[in-house]
Amino acid sequence: MTPAPEPLSVRCHVVTGKGGTGKTTVAAALALSLAADGRHVLLVETEGRQGIAQLFDTPPLPYEERRVAVARGGGEVKALAIDVEAAFLEYLEMFYNLKRAGRALRKMGAIDFATAIAPGLRDVLLTGKIKEAVTRREGGRFVYDAVVVDAPPTGRITRFLNVTGEVAGLARSGPIKTQSDGVMAVLRSSTTAVHLVTLLEDMPVQETADAIAELTAVGLPVGSVIVNMATEPLLPPASLARIAEGRITGADLLPALAAADLPTAGDVAAGLAAEAVEHARRWVAQDALRGDVEALGRPVVELPMSVSPIDLGCLFELADRLEDHLRTEVAA
Amino acid sequence: MTAPRRTALAPALDLAALVADRDTRIIVCCGSGGVGKTTTSAALALAAAEAGRQVVVLTIDPARRLAQSLGLVELDNEPRVVETPGAPGELSAMMLDMKRTFDDVVSGHSTPERAEVIFANPFYQALSSSFAGTQEYMAMEKLGQLRASERWDLVIVDTPPSRSALDFLDAPNRMSRFLDGTMIRLLTAPSRTGFKIASAGFMFFSRIISKILGGQLLNDISAFVSALDTMFGGFRERATATYELLRQPGTSFVVVAAPETDALREASYFVDRLSTEGMPLAGLVLNRTHPPATTKLSATRAEAAAEAVAEAGGTGAELAAGALRVHAERMTLATREQRLADRFTSAHPEVPVRTVPAAAGDVHDLEGLRVMGEALLAAEGDTGTGTPRSRVLPARPPAA
Repeated sequence: MTPAPEPLSVRCHVVTGKGGTGKTTVAAALALSLAADGRHVLLVETEGRQGIAQLFDTPPLPYEERRVAVARGGGEVKALAIDVEAAFLEYLEMFYNLKRAGRALRKMGAIDFATAIAPGLRDVLLTGKIKEAVTRREGGRFVYDAVVVDAPPTGRITRFLNVTGEVAGLARSGPIKTQSDGVMAVLRSSTTAVHLVTLLEDMPVQETADAIAELTAVGLPVGSVIVNMATEPLLPPASLARIAEGRITGADLLPALAAADLPTAGDVAAGLAAEAVEHARRWVAQDALRGDVEALGRPVVELPMSVSPIDLGCLFELADRLEDHLRTEVAA
Repeated sequence: MTAPRRTALAPALDLAALVADRDTRIIVCCGSGGVGKTTTSAALALAAAEAGRQVVVLTIDPARRLAQSLGLVELDNEPRVVETPGAPGELSAMMLDMKRTFDDVVSGHSTPERAEVIFANPFYQALSSSFAGTQEYMAMEKLGQLRASERWDLVIVDTPPSRSALDFLDAPNRMSRFLDGTMIRLLTAPSRTGFKIASAGFMFFSRIISKILGGQLLNDISAFVSALDTMFGGFRERATATYELLRQPGTSFVVVAAPETDALREASYFVDRLSTEGMPLAGLVLNRTHPPATTKLSATRAEAAAEAVAEAGGTGAELAAGALRVHAERMTLATREQRLADRFTSAHPEVPVRTVPAAAGDVHDLEGLRVMGEALLAAEGDTGTGTPRSRVLPARPPAA
């Protein structure tokens, strides 16, 4: 029997980011990295878009914890797409013992209605399920070593997680209040870290800064900033700035191409030079934002831009990068 | 063995003709979040002003620096003229303030006293600032107002950054159905309805809802509904009228997508929906593509060449090898982007396409918008690389 892995200090990882920054991909890669060395990880989807199923190339996920990947040393990642209606029924059953009635309500569209007039209810149900998974125990041990949440985007994340604030107007006592207090206790504890995915572009970096300020203001623990799709320089680092200024032409490349006996049609060399300039400019523009990202005062990890479609192999590569980051963060 | 099916070529999207056409009165830019809708709308609007139109662009959530460069520093929910030296037309820009737009609608439909009551209601406050769909509803409302004004001959609208582009079309309807309040009325005053609808099941539902949501919320809603009572008709009529406007011949939808699976899937849903609704689609803008500057060297050959150059060494070898690797990456990326575009076109062969190359950095000033506007409007075949602007790579692969 393999020895049980060391317990993790952060067990609930919430991954958010502006739309288009690839937070689902990052959440999946983070789940894989946490599952290494025989750990059990649950990857949770909250927005009903079946992005996880698409990433792992599996059929759409039901409201059920399904294994989507195995990792080094017998680790595994299970995935769950939380369905608000199903979570509501579970909730009714748990607190009111109302299973059959719940089904009738669903038929009437009543659950849609209730979550429409009280959007906070929706978030309590979703975060309630997350808390349940984080705290679930079996035989004196946590069932999941870590839970990774593919959470709503930065614009909505604070409202999503700050459930007590949201339902304050709804319920001053009673089961909803008890439930949201319990959720809040887990989310505010050192068990939880909210990670923010950004690109090296103005608006995502700005939104990340805003979200960190909002999360901090309500006492939610901010984890790492994950820079996604960063351009990795393919040109000699010392000459990047010069190339970005456009000070290179096809003629600069021709001698080296000729020395390697390559066909040296002028327009090809000119094209190569133009692409090199663009590459360098992109890198320079992104690099200019690195200072802003550092200034956020959070641990930063960068993931490279992938030119091929994201598949499982690619997820494992991203996971490796995150694993190194987690290790150094834990050591620090 | 069957030969691989050839993908039909997508028709070219002529946005220059669209903005120049005086019969075009509304352009709606839609697409999923994070694809560059706001910049596309602003760039199109600037291009339209330069083509002589009196244009107003309604942006939803512009990046701060872009907003500043459009003069949108004050959030007053009114269009402001943007200085565009040399343009024969005129450009105005505004940023949607959904709460204020909602307040205006309420004020416009009731007496000042009644409006005050509504504004003070906690449920109204939640509804006008955070209710799912309010932003879409108010964008639609503002669009109707701008169109009704004689001040502009072209209105360009950016749509809210929802997950699904369909929300823009669905939310207003959902919202007005909700405000119609049949269910709310039943729920808050079931005893007064006295109809069969107050069945055992419904009574039960009402009990559960009040148990879970609490009595206070239901009271607030009830007060809101009675204060709003006389306005329901007006609300619904306006929403319906604006929705109808979207079907008029003077309206064109421009679907914006990034060359990524998710964004193109959303674009595909949206195109289907527009055709079901009989709404006029101009075409697809495939934003942030990476067309190579030369396509005479494939990715594989460029990789091999990079190795050969590095091995041969000498002056500039490092630089040339780097440039070849940049090109190899670029070809791989472009091939993937073109494949995604082809997949869209095989599902929607009739939809015209325009690709817009990614800028090296953010677009945050008028100059950046002008450059993007040129990429949107330039003639189909003028790239100088042999790749037409409807594509990321030429239709025929380069000879090996």
